Amino acid sequence: MAATDDQPGQLPPYVEFAGVHKHYGPNHVLRGIDLDIGHHEVVCFIGASGCGKSTLLRCVNALEEIQQGQIRVAGEAASGPGVDVDFLRRVVGIVFQGFNLFPHMTVLRNITLAPTKVLKLPEAEARARAIALLERIGLADKAGEYPDRLSGGQQQRVAIARALAMEPEVMLLDEITSALDPALVGEVLAMVRELVDEGMTILMATHEMGFARDVANRICFMSEGNLAEVGTPDEIFQDPQDERLRSFLRRVTEARRM
Amino acid sequence: MTDSPITAPPAAAERLRATRPRVRTRLGSSIVAMAAALIVVALTWWSLFAFWASFADGAPWPVTVIVVFLAAAALAVPAAAGQAVQAALQARSLDRAGNHAAARVAAARARDMQWYVLGFGLAALVVAFLAFLLGTNDGAVREVFFRSDIFGKSFRGLTAAFWLNIKIFMATEVLVLVWALLVAVVRQIPGRAGAPIRFLAVAYVDVFRGLPAILVLTLVVFGFQLAKLPGLSLLSPPQQLFWLVVLALTLVYGAYVAEVYRAGMDSIHWSQAAAARSLGLSQGQTLRYVIIPQGVRRMLPPLLNDFIGLQKDTALASVVGTVEVFNKAGLYKSQFFNLTAVAVAGLLFLIMTIPLARFTDWLIRRDQQRTLVG
Repeated sequence: MAATDDQPGQLPPYVEFAGVHKHYGPNHVLRGIDLDIGHHEVVCFIGASGCGKSTLLRCVNALEEIQQGQIRVAGEAASGPGVDVDFLRRVVGIVFQGFNLFPHMTVLRNITLAPTKVLKLPEAEARARAIALLERIGLADKAGEYPDRLSGGQQQRVAIARALAMEPEVMLLDEITSALDPALVGEVLAMVRELVDEGMTILMATHEMGFARDVANRICFMSEGNLAEVGTPDEIFQDPQDERLRSFLRRVTEARRM
Repeated sequence: MTDSPITAPPAAAERLRATRPRVRTRLGSSIVAMAAALIVVALTWWSLFAFWASFADGAPWPVTVIVVFLAAAALAVPAAAGQAVQAALQARSLDRAGNHAAARVAAARARDMQWYVLGFGLAALVVAFLAFLLGTNDGAVREVFFRSDIFGKSFRGLTAAFWLNIKIFMATEVLVLVWALLVAVVRQIPGRAGAPIRFLAVAYVDVFRGLPAILVLTLVVFGFQLAKLPGLSLLSPPQQLFWLVVLALTLVYGAYVAEVYRAGMDSIHWSQAAAARSLGLSQGQTLRYVIIPQGVRRMLPPLLNDFIGLQKDTALASVVGTVEVFNKAGLYKSQFFNLTAVAVAGLLFLIMTIPLARFTDWLIRRDQQRTLVG
């Protein structure tokens, strides 16, 4: 049930990639990415590990530098000199494969840290915001626990809540279910689905083909640092054009991941 | 061929059972252990007695108590050997009765007891050797290190001097903690702009880790006094000496501790910094709220190790004329032509360092357990 009736094309693009190249030393990881993503659009990036989809996401909030091209978020430069990193990281939230919760802080403190230190919210207000988020994800009773007492799925949901506490306008989800026990994937994806329903702009790198097919407005198949094919879920899964995409889908099907 | 192991005939187990060697009862080795245990006890008792008898005008009562205690403790060795022989005999009779499983259990106990004989026996031999050394030549060795009359005469002077070591240690410790953190943070300043100051921090660490502490002390204390460093004359001469010693030790230990800090911060996975930065925290906030608090936990054990080193190295202050405990002990040594005072100084250091060492080990163990659980 894709939210295609949003007509993302009506608004100016929210995230823009123009001729983006990225090198890690001799490795050419992104080889000319051109893509516009609209407000409220959900775009999933699929492809084999190492194809550059995680790197692409990290470039959006300037965790990685690019060597050529331009990335813009909400009309502002997100690459090159003169990036307003403070602005960028306030409108862009990111959730990582490895959760990356702060292990020396309680769940509550994990969520309130950035709002109090970056947004300078009063402690009580940040706390209220965190509690509301935790209640929404059904983890209010874990507020005082340390992350290592939580299951992987719970940790990842806290990580999402931590990003949401900054009230971002776009979320980058970097293979957020890849490190999870298969039984715990569902609870995390359910939370992502809620975000989708609320109209959050989402860029999601994932191996969950079924989920991507369900929620994405568009799917980008990446191969060797290129956007090999971009299309609606139907186009990508029913009528793949690119040979690499076809062989990728074949392997995914054989591995019964679909 | 679909010869799955499930359909393999049970004959394999039967065959193994039939050809299994009989239980090794350990009777022979247990008897050898008993013989060895008796020899060890004889040696220990003999050297303990020789030590006890070496006191010219009778051993003081604490010595008698300790000697009797050690002699009694040495009996643990033949006791363990007796248990080994008993268990081995039991194993043999059980084996003959056809109860092989129980025989193996008894034989295993015999083997355990043999290990006790070995462990306790070696310890007893070490005690015997030390007692022999201290008692030999009518107690001459003991007299050089432990003469109770000199102990009584020097103890007060030594503890007073040791107080200065403690003061040097305390002042240096506080300064090192702050100074080393500064150096470590400077070393992390990113970018080209930070390169010169980063280079200075690296150079400082390399130089002061590479120089012998005794040399730095000599250069700093004598050098700055000779050069009449501006401002130094505001302090009285003893204060000058004290603070220059503290400065020299801070420079030396700051280099080590800066490395401890750096290793601690480096040990925090970069993804933690990535998470903090992506939430909008600045570089400084990331260090302060995320990296340093996690690093400190891992830094504590090596940090305490360095402080044990620092406690000992306060004795180096003697080379620049500070009358601390080692210097004081040297004076007594010349006065009485006997090393008792130096040995007592050593004891004073141990009273300080051993609890810290135990505490450090406890921290490390606790940390390991936590990692295992997590």
